[in-house]
Order: sequence, then structure tokens, then C-alpha cells
Amino acid sequence: MRKVISFLLLAGFVFYFATLTGGLLIPDSSADRSSVGLDILSRSADETGSANAVTSVVVLYRGFDTLGEVTVLFLAALGISVFMKSTGEKRKKVLDQSFILKTGSRLLFPLMFLFGMYIIAHGHLSPGGGFPGGVIIATGFFVILLTSESVNFNKTLMSVLEGLAGLSFIGLGVVGLLGPGNSFLQNFLPLGTFNTVFSAGIIPLIYAVVGIKVGAELSSVVYAMKESK
Amino acid sequence: MNGVLSISTVLNFGSAGLIVLGLYIVFTQKNLIKMVIGIDIAETGVNVLLVSTGYIKGNTAPIFSKAGLQVSSMVDPVPQALVLTSIVIGFGVSALALAMIIKLYEKTGTLDTSKIRGLKW
Repeated sequence: MRKVISFLLLAGFVFYFATLTGGLLIPDSSADRSSVGLDILSRSADETGSANAVTSVVVLYRGFDTLGEVTVLFLAALGISVFMKSTGEKRKKVLDQSFILKTGSRLLFPLMFLFGMYIIAHGHLSPGGGFPGGVIIATGFFVILLTSESVNFNKTLMSVLEGLAGLSFIGLGVVGLLGPGNSFLQNFLPLGTFNTVFSAGIIPLIYAVVGIKVGAELSSVVYAMKESK
Repeated sequence: MNGVLSISTVLNFGSAGLIVLGLYIVFTQKNLIKMVIGIDIAETGVNVLLVSTGYIKGNTAPIFSKAGLQVSSMVDPVPQALVLTSIVIGFGVSALALAMIIKLYEKTGTLDTSKIRGLKW
């Protein structure tokens, strides 16, 4: 019965999908781009100074949306740490990792951290930015936490970093509101030379803040999951 | 491949396939972790579909990395920016769902929805 119902639902969905996209077999579109996209492409380089048009959309044109996105991620991390709150008893089973794995992960961590920093710093020049960079840094922490039994993980420092990063995101927005632009998250710094690391006004700053926040948040999530029994 | 299948067709079939596969897993599996995996697969399909709406044949990524790149030779940046948001939200949803499943397993000792009272369908 379940299978029949789900089959009917899926068949209906496929039919709906096919009518929505005008048939599954469609030719490649050649020029019919949404006018918003065309407008943003032709103006973003001059207005924001960011070589990456996607970044200019994410951080400036839809910056408020990104603030909401960071908030959703924060709520998810908060929910996980509430669920995973350790009940007092520590995990008894000690995973005995081999020497090679431990040393390898310690060698790998600084490289992953550096790569994450690189991705964050070049968010306005190449694909990347605060979210993927933060995830890469958190993955470095994850590797260390998986392989080593006792880690000096400073949970308070992570929370403080996360809170400060969130506050500075809003602070940067408020400075834009009080500045000459008179709107939230308006760029107030000089645009600099196009297509260099120090350019695009507040975009690298916001991405750095987002990277710190995402990295600290996800590291805390991984730590909470490990510590709960 | 020459001219028979357009890239949009391939992307359409791919995303429809991923969404259907993910929904099928959600509908038929009883293991909670498999259901979360199904949601993730369906979400990937939705992301592929969204990105493919901005695709224009032969155009490059919307990054002005070299001088002389024309606006008319780039794909639409708006769907890509939306998908970035969608990926992050999807990550939050599945991480929270997995945390809930861990707690549920601690309480009930099983991941099978048919054995947990109140989760049957």
C-alpha cells in the first residue's frame, strides 16, 4: 500500500515537473536571461568593485538575506548543542587511533586552516567566500577531534568568537546605515583596485566575519556531537 | 551527443531523477537516517534545477577575472547566489535532524519508524 501511494505521488510529481519546465526535453537557452541578472551583471563591477558577481549579490545586493542565513545557521547550531548537551557521564570507550593517523591529522590541520583562510580572503575574486571557507576550517577541527582523544578545545573562546563575529556583521551594517549611503549594509570603504585582494570595500570584511562565525559554529557542533555519549 | 541532447535536457533529467530518488527514499524507507539521506538527495536535485535555470549555452561563470570579459558572455548570477543560501539552510536542517535522531535513538533504542509509537504512517 505504501509503495503504491508513493509511486502515485512520484508519478504526479514527475508530471508536474515536466509541465513546469515545459517538457523535459528542452533546447539550451541562448539569451533569455532574467532582467535582474543582466542588470546586476552590468552594474555590479562598478557599484561594488567585486570581480565575482555572485559574491556581490550574496553580500551586498542581498546582504540582509545573508544575515538571515547566518541566523538560521546559528539557530541550527544552538538547537544541536541543546540536544547534545552532555548528561554528565563521559564516554567510556576510548578509540585507540594509530600513531600515523594522529600525526597525519596534526600535520594536516594547519594546511586546512590556511586553505580555509585563503578561500575566505578570495571570496570576491573567485568562487568561495565565508561559508565554504568556514566549513573547511571546521573540517580541520573535525579531523583533529576524530583522531585525538584529549583535545584542548576551548568552548568559551569559540562562543566568544562566534558572538563577536555576529555582532561585527550587524555593526558593519549599522555603520553603512549611519554613513553617507544611508542604508543597512551599504559599502562605506573605498573600492580599491579592481580584481585585487584588497578591493571591493566591505565585502572581504563581511566574508571574514562570516567565515569566523561559520568556522567557530561548526567546530562547536562537531565538538558537542563528540562529547555527548 | 552531438546536437541530440542539449545540456539543459541533461540537467533537467538529472535534477528530476535526483528529486524523485530522494522522495522515493523518504516515502519508502523506515530507517530515520536513510530518510535524512533521502531529503539531502532531493535537495541536491533542487539545487541542480535552480542552477540550470540560469544556464546559457557557452557562457562563462559570472566572474570578471580577466579584462575583456563581456557581460553578454556570462551566465545569470542570481540563481547561483540563491543556491548558496539553499545549501547552507539545507546543511542546518540535516544537522539538526541528525541531532534529533541521536536523541530519539537514546530514548527509544531504535531507528525504525514503524517501531516508534507516534511516528508510523
